[in-house]
Amino acid sequence: MHTNELPKHGKIVRIEEECQDVESFFISSKMEALPGQFILAWIPGMDAKPFCISSCDGSRFSVTVCKVGPFSEKIFEKKIGDTFSYFGPYGTSFSIPENQHLATVGGGYGAAALAWVAKEAKEKGCSVDFIVGARKKESILFAKKVKAAGMNVIITTDDGSAGLKGRTTDALADLIKNSRPDVVMTVGPEMMMYYVAKMCQEQNIPCEISMERYMKCGFGVCGQCCVDDLGIRMCKEGPVISGDLALQIKEFGKYHRDRQGRKVMYG
Amino acid sequence: MRLQTELCGIKLSNPTVLASGIMGITASSMGLIAENGAGAITMKSINTEGKTGHPNPIAITFDGGMLNAVGLPNKGIKETLEEIKEFKEQCSAPLFASIFAQSVDEFAELTKQLYKAQIDAIEINISCPNCDDEFGKPFSCSPITAAKATAACKEYAAVPLFVKLTPNVPNIQEIAKAVEAAGASAITAINTVPGMMIDIHTRSPILFNKSGGLSGPAIKPIALKCVYDIYEAVKIPIIGTGGIMTGQDAIEMMMAGATVVGIGSAVYWRDIDVFKKVCREMDVVLEKEGFTSVKEVVGLAHK
Ligand SMILES: Cc1cc2nc3c(=O)[nH]c(=O)nc-3n(C[C@H](O)[C@H](O)[C@H](O)COP(=O)(O)OP(=O)(O)OC[C@H]3O[C@@H](n4cnc5c(N)ncnc54)[C@H](O)[C@@H]3O)c2cc1C
Ligand SMILES: Cc1cc2nc3c(=O)[nH]c(=O)nc-3n(C[C@H](O)[C@H](O)[C@H](O)COP(=O)(O)O)c2cc1C
Repeated sequence: MHTNELPKHGKIVRIEEECQDVESFFISSKMEALPGQFILAWIPGMDAKPFCISSCDGSRFSVTVCKVGPFSEKIFEKKIGDTFSYFGPYGTSFSIPENQHLATVGGGYGAAALAWVAKEAKEKGCSVDFIVGARKKESILFAKKVKAAGMNVIITTDDGSAGLKGRTTDALADLIKNSRPDVVMTVGPEMMMYYVAKMCQEQNIPCEISMERYMKCGFGVCGQCCVDDLGIRMCKEGPVISGDLALQIKEFGKYHRDRQGRKVMYG
Repeated sequence: MRLQTELCGIKLSNPTVLASGIMGITASSMGLIAENGAGAITMKSINTEGKTGHPNPIAITFDGGMLNAVGLPNKGIKETLEEIKEFKEQCSAPLFASIFAQSVDEFAELTKQLYKAQIDAIEINISCPNCDDEFGKPFSCSPITAAKATAACKEYAAVPLFVKLTPNVPNIQEIAKAVEAAGASAITAINTVPGMMIDIHTRSPILFNKSGGLSGPAIKPIALKCVYDIYEAVKIPIIGTGGIMTGQDAIEMMMAGATVVGIGSAVYWRDIDVFKKVCREMDVVLEKEGFTSVKEVVGLAHK
């Protein structure tokens, strides 16, 4: 058990552009973490915000950041050699299966965490189908890297500019019909995860999702990321939870709360 | 059975109370705390309009305690009334609303708005160290302003009124007496102790707000002394809060004079079921020391 939550500091040793407005920052810093866990990246005087760890080998880890607003823009200004400060790692992780058929379903930066999941699963003898979706060809994340690592990649795009035209959930439905996975793991937009969890429950396939809520303290005291009706904390009992548990959460796929605690509907 | 107790006529299954500001925002999170054994729940402090709160870091911990400056984020009284309703539909545990305000009038107005709410008590937070001077400080730092805020709420309160005090005053007995005379039904002591932590590498205070309120094990001796002193000064019951981690700590606090104990930061070190754990441990101490009811322990350290 941690006894403290003080800031840690590493150096940025490598920056990779994954696609436009998405970069992976590799940070040299001692860290013990599991796929699915997150850190709070800290910019003193500004904020500290949650990002999934997208790789970690004990002495170096990475986060993959989408440029969406003021904080992520500030991270994008960082250069190799700069200090990267953070808190964590926090939260639950994916249960990496052994010698099973795993399908991952990723959308947006979710593919980053899943690329690590896929890699660990493959090392444990799993066969992996890596389903990844994006609006258009240019926004597809991690497909090349995962393919190069010897896994099967299934791409979907909204406009059909690469892979199958349609949604990741269509690809998962096809996969279940043709070559049913033993287990499914998904990270991405909430509605996507909602449909994946539903499909897996109907098909009786164990599934894990990563439920993102506005986070503050990161260690379970401030109450910001508690979900209705169960009240559990997504920074502590989550973000990675089973699909069955997620489907018991009344707000899953319906709403989340802003930093003041007010409900914001999805859709 | 040994742990059943009463606070201002409110029956509690045990003397552990969730302290304000730890989870306690939504009906669901309060329900979870009740499931985990809390005898009563204090909600996160709210004001009229709501507040955004500070950016991160809002809280950090070190080996001896926790430092926080959350900045009192809340969604305001209107939406909080909904959460109260929802909580009471699912859960029978006693619920205490906590309010803070910038003026005596706002305190009175908030109390009025809580008139019909299904709460068991109102706690007025006149002691939060994390806000600019216009919040909290003026009220709890002088017996006159503390009494004014108390009296303003008392006039409109339909339920017992608890007043939460800061330890950061030269003489807490004087404040305690003033709020008792102004109509407080109980005193909650203590709120956090002002503090700061610095990060060497970035050469900056760690909390966004720079300074914050210290809680957890580090402040237990301060809390014990305050509760001890307050017990000598007033007749109304005390909700003894600050650094309670174990059943042992709780019994110590009650011996100092607390009728019930508030538990906050321990949720971090011992997790959400800390309430169950503390109760089990209290029961063991009571048995070993030969008490038949936890009520017998209150104030025993005063000889
Ligand atoms: C467990 C978890 C893992 C995440 N992993 C990644 C990741 O790997 N890569 C990535 O790019 N993003 C990730 N995010 C989202 C990331 O935290 C936000 O994109 C970031 O905080 C945006 O800040 P901003 O100032 O750039 O944009 P803003 O304009 O401030 O916010 C854009 C959106 O980000 C969300 N957001 C902002 N602050 C927070 C916060 N404190 N907690 C949660 N959500 C917030 C809000 O929903 C908002 O709509 C993750 C979020 C969570 C909860
Ligand atoms: C994260 C955090 C938030 C808090 N928010 C409030 C609050 O909104 N209102 C209040 O009266 N006290 C607040 N407090 C103070 C606690 O209620 C309690 O008085 C203090 O933490 C000491 O108890 P503890 O050592 O058990 O945590 C907060 C404390 C913490 C740690």
